[in-house]
Amino acid sequence: MKDKKLIVTGVIIFLIIATFPFWYNRGKAAPMPELELTAKAKAAKVCVRSTEYMRADHMQLLDKWREKVVREGDRIYVSPSGKQYNMSLSNTCLDCHSNKAQFCDRCHDYASVRPYCWDCHLDNSKEKT
Amino acid sequence: MDSSRRRVLQLFGISSLALMTRPVYNALATEKHAQKAKEQMIRGDKALTAKQWAMVIDTRQFESAEDMEPLIEACNKIHNIPHFENQRHEIKWLWEDHYHNVFPGKGARFLSEAVESRPFLVLCNHCENPPCVRACPTQATFKRASDGIVLMDFHRCIGCRFCMAACPFGARSFNWRDPRPFIKETDPKFPTRTKGVVEKCNFCAERLAEGKLPACVEAAEGKLAFGDLYDPDSEVRELIKTNYTIRRKQELGTEPCVYYIV
Amino acid sequence: MLELALKGTKRYYGWMTFLVVIIGIGFLIYLKQLDFGLGITGMSRDVSWGFYIANFTFLVGVAAGGVMVVLPYYLHDYKAFGRVTILGEFLAIASVVMCLLFIIVDLGQPMRIFNVWIYPTFHSVLFWDTIVLNGYLFLNLIIGWNVLEAERNNVHYQAWLKPLIYLSIPWAVSIHTVTAYLFCGLPGRGFWLTAILAPRFLASAFAAGPSLLILLCLIIRRVTNFDPGREQIQSLAKIVAYAICINVFFFLCEVFVVFYSNIPEHMDHLKYLFVGLHGKTAYVPWMWASFSLMAVGIILTVTPITRKNEGVLAVACTVIFLGTWIDKGLGMIAGGFTPSPLHHVNEYIPTLPEIVIALAVWATGFFILTVLFKIAVGVKEEVQ
Ligand code: SF4
Ligand code: SF4
Ligand code: SF4
Repeated sequence: MKDKKLIVTGVIIFLIIATFPFWYNRGKAAPMPELELTAKAKAAKVCVRSTEYMRADHMQLLDKWREKVVREGDRIYVSPSGKQYNMSLSNTCLDCHSNKAQFCDRCHDYASVRPYCWDCHLDNSKEKT
Repeated sequence: MDSSRRRVLQLFGISSLALMTRPVYNALATEKHAQKAKEQMIRGDKALTAKQWAMVIDTRQFESAEDMEPLIEACNKIHNIPHFENQRHEIKWLWEDHYHNVFPGKGARFLSEAVESRPFLVLCNHCENPPCVRACPTQATFKRASDGIVLMDFHRCIGCRFCMAACPFGARSFNWRDPRPFIKETDPKFPTRTKGVVEKCNFCAERLAEGKLPACVEAAEGKLAFGDLYDPDSEVRELIKTNYTIRRKQELGTEPCVYYIV
Repeated sequence: MLELALKGTKRYYGWMTFLVVIIGIGFLIYLKQLDFGLGITGMSRDVSWGFYIANFTFLVGVAAGGVMVVLPYYLHDYKAFGRVTILGEFLAIASVVMCLLFIIVDLGQPMRIFNVWIYPTFHSVLFWDTIVLNGYLFLNLIIGWNVLEAERNNVHYQAWLKPLIYLSIPWAVSIHTVTAYLFCGLPGRGFWLTAILAPRFLASAFAAGPSLLILLCLIIRRVTNFDPGREQIQSLAKIVAYAICINVFFFLCEVFVVFYSNIPEHMDHLKYLFVGLHGKTAYVPWMWASFSLMAVGIILTVTPITRKNEGVLAVACTVIFLGTWIDKGLGMIAGGFTPSPLHHVNEYIPTLPEIVIALAVWATGFFILTVLFKIAVGVKEEVQ
């Protein structure tokens, strides 16, 4: 095992590189984003589902919506509380949350996800940034 | 085996089954109960429905390309259809062409002057046997079972363009580049498309859902008719019954649902 | 065995560097295509497939052509081909990889490619094509690698490989048949709508594949200590001779049917390719060149004196390879789309970025091919 030294050095270098992000970001956790609600959203009090559900699962809900609207043509969502909504990202969600930059984007940036919904669906924001 | 033993065994079997069904039944029942308070997704009350939507185009009422302009404009506007100068990148849902191009193979050597000079509207035929749907490897293009419209699921399309090769009517367009900068005025009610997906006329499915007729039909002021092909009392059936109509490339067996009165 | 690919001469490394440079340039342009969209190619609404799919179709043929050395060896016990079967299998691997890459660069939304398996669609020929191509890739990888390893260790290959080897033979036919079905099952495309398309594809495949293999054998003999053998090359040449004759014969059958029946929808495409239509003639010189090349190829491979001269044979194989490439690559796709369903003639001319990306895919294929052949030849040299 004359290569022992070499191998050990290699392993150490690998470990350092692999754990680099943890070292580098130590103690520097980004603050939780603060989401702003528009007056309309505040007045409505509840979203189509509970806040907890929306925060955790809005993407699954949107996915169900798009499947239904696009492929089956069912366009009305009846929430568990019995209220009806038009299943539309641009025209229902963004009607209330008409501040995409202070609402959607802040969280998406924080979680570092880039949903490409907006490549097609128009950002209907009334309050442009 | 004597019959009494068999009987006993059968009884055992049945009763053990019965014991098992009870909890299963209970579980199902509670689930059903819980679902009552769950979400639902339904069709709007105003939505127009049909077994198979169809269109009749009365070509006699169109004299020049100007007559078609408002129809094409209406479609382009509400569907955010871009306009490209570069012909290779063109996107067309509804457009006009000559008789010889719309009905290749049906052009007689000598033809009525009116037909020769008249423009013809072209759009997706929403075929009953759509070869584009057969070809698509992801079901991104599909024939909606509820009303026969051939639709695109832009979320799913991988942009292989097999459907374009398969469509014998040239009804499909591909987004060769990002269309957004080329849309004059975007209508926020309808999404734009992204580069790399295929698109075509959707028979205004989004308007039918709200109880409205397709935009081109509305703009045509009676020159186009729209209705259920399988409803013997519908307007389209009435027109087909009382006029001589032709369809594009009928010999290919795709069963186009756009009829032309010539 | 991979280590065999690492030790090489300067020339070997030079060649590999050259390929890597081309791959790199092509990759950069591909990034541009990803960003801009497929609009950087010459494709259009009317001609919606182009250079990529053309090369894909041709390379499926080359991959299937590999079976022409596997079949005689395993089915007819033609011992001489034992020396070259591995080359046929490895050529198939490199070609299938190129095919898959060509499909990927042709997609408008490549990151969604797995939708094909997430939503399997049995009525789509393209779905089946991905299955047979990937299957063929794995079959050849497993067979080629294990047989070579066994040869290196001086043992007989594992018994369980035998059924896989037999399976790979009809599978090779299937990849090109399914690829032909992509085209010939479409209504309203008169040029492709012919039952002879799959047989014709196979015939040109069995000409192009073995031609390339002969050329590769000649190169291997020159640059390594391994000689694939004169008898082997001559047998391959005979296969090429038959296949190219059959290919041209099938084409003439098509010409007869189309023009004797005189149906415009079918004639127009051939007219466009060979004499031009509505004044558009970009493909005319290419198509005549293609058939002239194939004719020369027939003369040179059928005549015993010229076939037996390896220098002339090399020329014959080159012209056949080029001729079939133009025919199946350029003509088959563009010709099928022109005139369009509405009978417009919008010509398709590939653009420079598109050609560079295609070259990079070829370079990737040759990179893989060189590595695999280096290993194969290395083993053969060891065993000798
Ligand atoms: S016209 Fe073309 S795109 Fe429309 S349904 Fe028929 S085949 Fe499909
Ligand atoms: S381009 Fe899209 S819609 Fe057309 S066949 Fe491919 S995945 Fe289907
Ligand atoms: S039916 Fe709707 S989508 Fe189709 S051409 Fe008319 S307006 Fe456009």
